[in-house]
Amino acid sequence: MSSSFPDDSVGLVEPKSLKFKQALKLVCGKVLDQYELVYETYGTLNSTQSNAILICHALSGDHHAAGYHHVDEKKPGWWDSCIGPGKPIDTNRFFVVSLNNLGGCNGSTGPNHSNPETNELYGPDFPIVTVQDWVESQARLADALNIHKWAAVVGGSLGGMQALRWSLAYPERVGHAVVIASTPKLTAQNIAFNEIARKAITSDPDFHDGHYYRHQTVPTKGLILARMIGHITYLSDESMGEKFGRDLKTQEFNFGYGVEFEVESYLNYQGKRFSETFDANTYLLMTRALDYFDPAADFGGSLESAFSRAQCSYLVVSFSTDWRFSPERSEVLVEAMVKAKKNVSYAEIDAPHGHDAFLIPTPRYMAIFSSYMDRVANEVEHSES
Amino acid sequence: MRADLGLIEPWVEPNTNVLDLGCGDGTLLAYLQNKKTVQGYGLEIGEHEITECIRKGVNVIEHNLDEQDLKRFADKQFDTVIMTQALQAVRRPDQLLDEMLRLGRQGIVTFPNFGHWSCRRYLLFKGRMPVSKTLPYHWYDTPNIHLCTFKDFEALCEQKGIRIVNRTVVSFAYETTQMALRWPNLFAELAIYRIVKN
Repeated sequence: MSSSFPDDSVGLVEPKSLKFKQALKLVCGKVLDQYELVYETYGTLNSTQSNAILICHALSGDHHAAGYHHVDEKKPGWWDSCIGPGKPIDTNRFFVVSLNNLGGCNGSTGPNHSNPETNELYGPDFPIVTVQDWVESQARLADALNIHKWAAVVGGSLGGMQALRWSLAYPERVGHAVVIASTPKLTAQNIAFNEIARKAITSDPDFHDGHYYRHQTVPTKGLILARMIGHITYLSDESMGEKFGRDLKTQEFNFGYGVEFEVESYLNYQGKRFSETFDANTYLLMTRALDYFDPAADFGGSLESAFSRAQCSYLVVSFSTDWRFSPERSEVLVEAMVKAKKNVSYAEIDAPHGHDAFLIPTPRYMAIFSSYMDRVANEVEHSES
Repeated sequence: MRADLGLIEPWVEPNTNVLDLGCGDGTLLAYLQNKKTVQGYGLEIGEHEITECIRKGVNVIEHNLDEQDLKRFADKQFDTVIMTQALQAVRRPDQLLDEMLRLGRQGIVTFPNFGHWSCRRYLLFKGRMPVSKTLPYHWYDTPNIHLCTFKDFEALCEQKGIRIVNRTVVSFAYETTQMALRWPNLFAELAIYRIVKN
């Protein structure tokens, strides 16, 4: 292992992949006859397979949650701040599994993969998968890895929704669910933002109804716009103000419509970078999975009845300036969990970073997260000995 | 071990659920979980206290008793609602008492006695607000904004139709002396009340 990595990094990691031949019936009614899931693991599975943690990613995440793919990689995995030796998800104690979800665009079967029926890329014909479908596919990955029960399923935002779903779909297979910056379901405003992002993509002339691969185009403009809109909802007014204020790129106004303010430049840059790596059809699919998420709907509209079947303990965390999935949304979850008499702890972290705060290792967030995961690890180690 | 824990414990039935308002570092709930296998939840605002609860394996919910109401919890959702040494520190103790007995079948409340002879002596001879080991703050920085005596509390209960099921009083260092038993409002420093709504 290279010594150039920080001591608290998992170091070099290599993605693995598994092919699943057993057909997966999706919530939408369609069936995926076969699919492939790409994943990474960090740490070592213990002899009783009781120290496994599942990491669920959010909208634009993937399997590369921690460490580096090669020595020259500039940035580590997306949640490297929380996964590694001595970090909240301590790889000295846990065996961590992180996958790219079905429908993703970073290796697991998705719209940019070949459809075995047509031998063409799926494109818009890739079925819409839901959080429930993801949990089902993740359960099969767990089976393949010989993990009967997760010590914890952990995720932020859309990842938190998967952790919630896991606790309801497979109560006996989840010890703890850590639900960070998440929500019981999207609000009308949340869906509205998603719709604008989708509209930006689908109205790009290069989109070709999702068949842009055939036309050798990419709906870059649409993706850039979608990401710019999304990005605003991930930040807070406070953090944008702090980062950019009204700073200009040049000293004075140019009295034109080009990029003049720093914040404009930043959003354009973020959008452009995103459009170079992310697949537009996957973006559409992920936002729909968000929209459809509503576990209470399966239990007569009652979250309390939904949670009554859970067997795990929950940690719910929200962030004060998150207006995408605000603390009030997390509190709805907590109230239902208490009513259902489930073990739950809840903290609202005072952080200026908006929704993105779940990726930023602020001291109190880390203290809460570490304490909770330490307890999970202690339980695992106690039951082992 | 905090001595009030042992005094509260007999009043909590095994395998029931408990809400602790202002649960601090979770010592009481951890004790009750261990001794009585209760399903406990603590509400707390202190950052370090919350982390400490999580470390102990106590369910803790970040909640500001002064700024957030308890409407999020349903009537009689808990068997016992406990508030130790927090009544005197909240903005409206009277309303909180009502809420305690709305949420719980019974309430357990502890608070320091401002009628203790040492407080009376301090005020009488020094003419200033008492500062002591139990009440170590000055009038301007004290979190105890609604200090009362046992008599005050019992009068409030009567006014609200709250029945006092049990009362245990302790004098200094959580011992119960004969003097404190006979003249609690003068010689007991802390009282632990078990209350229900009539």
